[in-house]
Amino acid sequence: MAATPRFLRGAAAMPLLRIRWFKYAAPRTFFPLAGKLAPWFAAVAAVSCVIGLYLSLFVAPADARQGDAYRIIFVHEPLAWMALFIYAVMAFWGAMVLVFDTRLSGMMATALAPTGALFAFLALWTGALWGKPIWGTWWAWEARLTAEMLLLLLYVAFAALHAAIDNPRLADRAAAVLALPGMMSVPIAYYAVQWGNSQAHTAPLGLDSVSSLPAATLVSTVLMAFACWMYSIAASFWRVRSLILERERTSDWVMRYVRTLR
Amino acid sequence: MNWANWQAFFDMGGYALYVWGAYVVTAVLIVLELVLLALRRRAILRHLGAHEAQPGAAP
Repeated sequence: MAATPRFLRGAAAMPLLRIRWFKYAAPRTFFPLAGKLAPWFAAVAAVSCVIGLYLSLFVAPADARQGDAYRIIFVHEPLAWMALFIYAVMAFWGAMVLVFDTRLSGMMATALAPTGALFAFLALWTGALWGKPIWGTWWAWEARLTAEMLLLLLYVAFAALHAAIDNPRLADRAAAVLALPGMMSVPIAYYAVQWGNSQAHTAPLGLDSVSSLPAATLVSTVLMAFACWMYSIAASFWRVRSLILERERTSDWVMRYVRTLR
Repeated sequence: MNWANWQAFFDMGGYALYVWGAYVVTAVLIVLELVLLALRRRAILRHLGAHEAQPGAAP
């Protein structure tokens, strides 16, 4: 089992390194764990989404300047944050591929890309629907929007490059090399507002700062972001389970697992 | 409670197209992703010869 990275094998006599840190780095051990955890993440996501939606639509008061149009914030911000965060996690797994060459790292990166792309697309979509009534335009070539668009393209390029290479281990490495420099767009998207070249995002609401947001607005934004986070874990765990079956299909344990389903 | 009646709720203060366009498309695409995940699992299991996945199993 290639669970221990090559450079650690010689050090395996050291007690701390003998703990099986890498136990769940083996697709075979992670497969049942992901299957057990995913429904719980999905359930937590569903519950926080229902509470979040209730607060967003029924409790949070209308904004002084934007009226009810600002309610788009409750889907837009969580999706935009999570598109950034998922990219960072995907790039982390890409780095793990390049450093440790573990199979599961590559599968996790591959499993995250479609959900990240979906969130990035939805962030742009909801942003356009918010921008039109409030700034009078669907789109502006502004730092944060451009970075989010770049992020969507990077997700698509990652998945396309991975799909174009037949050897999955090689595909993992190539896609990781593509993903890592793309990390630069994450801080750009995040800090664009502070850098001040953004007219759109500086004061999105008729308020001066986060601290003056009504409590319900703040709580439901955080709850919806939490729901998106939990959902992305569930979705990527379910996707990685299919990926594991696809890529380990010749191994004995997959055969045995499939037989239990008959 | 923000709304006098359901009509006002669906109206979203005149921003119905934008607000519901954001919420509904997000919900539809997330459900679509879950369906695609379930189909992908079914496809690989069928390919591997498990004729029927367990009913109610995780996608």
